[in-house]
Amino acid sequence: MPAMTVVQIIFVVTAIITFLAAIMVVASPNLIHSALWLVLTLGGVAVVFLLLEAAFLAVVQVAIYIGAIAILVIFAVMLTRQVSTGLASQVNRTWWLAAPAAVILFAGLILLFSQVAGFQGLAEPLVKEPGTLVVDLGRALVDAQGYVLPFEVASVLLLAAMIGAIVIALPPAPVVEEKST
Amino acid sequence: MDVFFRDPFGWVSRTWNDLLTGLGLSSELATLLLQLVGAVVLTGIVLTLSGVFLTWLDRKLSARIQDRLGPNRVGPYGLLQSVADAIKLVTKEDITPDGADKVVYNLAPLLAIMSVAGLWAVIPFAPQLIGTDLNVGLLYLISIGSIGTLSIIMAGWASNNKYALLGAFRTVAQLVSYEVPMVLALIIPTMLAGSMGMGDIVARQRDVWFVVLAPLAALIFFISSLAEVGRTPFDLMEAESEIVAGFNIEYSGMKFGMFYVAEFLHAFTISALTATIFLGGWQGPGAAAFPLLGLVYFLIKTAFVYFLLTLIRFTLPRIRIDQMNDLNWKFLTPLALAAVILTAVADKAALEAGWSRTGALLAANGAIALVTVLLLGRHARSLRRRLEARVARATGS
Repeated sequence: MPAMTVVQIIFVVTAIITFLAAIMVVASPNLIHSALWLVLTLGGVAVVFLLLEAAFLAVVQVAIYIGAIAILVIFAVMLTRQVSTGLASQVNRTWWLAAPAAVILFAGLILLFSQVAGFQGLAEPLVKEPGTLVVDLGRALVDAQGYVLPFEVASVLLLAAMIGAIVIALPPAPVVEEKST
Repeated sequence: MDVFFRDPFGWVSRTWNDLLTGLGLSSELATLLLQLVGAVVLTGIVLTLSGVFLTWLDRKLSARIQDRLGPNRVGPYGLLQSVADAIKLVTKEDITPDGADKVVYNLAPLLAIMSVAGLWAVIPFAPQLIGTDLNVGLLYLISIGSIGTLSIIMAGWASNNKYALLGAFRTVAQLVSYEVPMVLALIIPTMLAGSMGMGDIVARQRDVWFVVLAPLAALIFFISSLAEVGRTPFDLMEAESEIVAGFNIEYSGMKFGMFYVAEFLHAFTISALTATIFLGGWQGPGAAAFPLLGLVYFLIKTAFVYFLLTLIRFTLPRIRIDQMNDLNWKFLTPLALAAVILTAVADKAALEAGWSRTGALLAANGAIALVTVLLLGRHARSLRRRLEARVARATGS
């Protein structure tokens, strides 16, 4: 076996950390700890993106998944009572159904990925010049031939979700201003 | 010697690389080692500078503003006061409170420092002196900054203290919402430079600084990054008079010191970022030929912004939490959105990059500013009318 390059060593270490953290996400009895392990997992994935020279995806991964989603998860957990004390049971009655389903899903995914070219050997690098990937991605998002329609539809969906959240958060009755004081 | 002045950083890295490969290391390993050493030296210098010098500067300035002398016993002009403080912090007892979540509690200050030190990786100090010129530099800044939010939540939650948790809640409310106008404001320099890389952004400011082309974006970025640092007037998360010390109430000794240094370093970092993104970074006469001169320009600009920050810190009172939310969602965010749209239009409308572009962008910014001032005036008048009506009713006239 040839000596490992620096990048390979970093990849192996990152992969092990990510994998263990992912296990801890479901194994940890404390919900906040689970969320923090999730942060580590997502960070590990970001490092893998970085090793693949997809700096944009890595940065977006950290900004969105760690910066927004994980923090919201932690925030939501902190607002719930009793859940974060570790007293709640980690499994429910249907765990024996879920376990084989998870195994089958995992096996199916592995099977699918093994069909992809380059799974067994060294894959050809996607882009020769660093940085062009981001430009292509940006073009594709605003190009009529590319993904401008899905992009806009997703934006409208998010906007609708945001307005919906505001409507839900509104006080139940319209507040009549300056009547009582 | 001429090589040293023309290309000092390349010269240093080449010399060390030659030395290491001469010792029998492979060139790949030598590069890795050099990068590690460079990162350690860089963060070491920045950390020491901020920990020792900035705290001294801060205390001196605050003393002047408050008509005091400030530190003046230890060393010349009290310069070594921070060193004495640091030694005191190290010798203090390292307490982990009962019921605290030990690992998370001890991890939080480390993350706080890390998130700030990580920002320096993409700041160009001088031509060629940049940790790594990521082509997504601005996004990187935002994503690393969010780890700082995480560290504060971790500190607040793991302390097992209600005040700490309150501080963490306020932090989430503030930092997450002020990220919105900050990101929107950062879109404008991205559009103007045509790149998110910090190196490109500085390079494009050779003729005109972005603060001239996008004064509103600079202002919005400055205000929202003030809020991101959590300094007065946005220090709700550690408001001493309301929630004692907020998220870091349980921390003592060097762990508190790390939060303290992280805050100072963060303030200095946003000064450096403002200087880089809007004030031209290392650009200045003769900087391209003599990189060390660029470093000087960069430090002068950063010091200027930091001075502004400190002035604001000691002259403005803390805002209330509803004012904090109003300022963000009803003022900064719409303003930033309008600025983004109009800047995009004006930038396209201006045909060539010369004076017509500057004029068009300035006109767009001026129009937005005028409309904003008019709207704010109307809002203030309506508020006053309502208040007068209330007073009239209360007095029964």
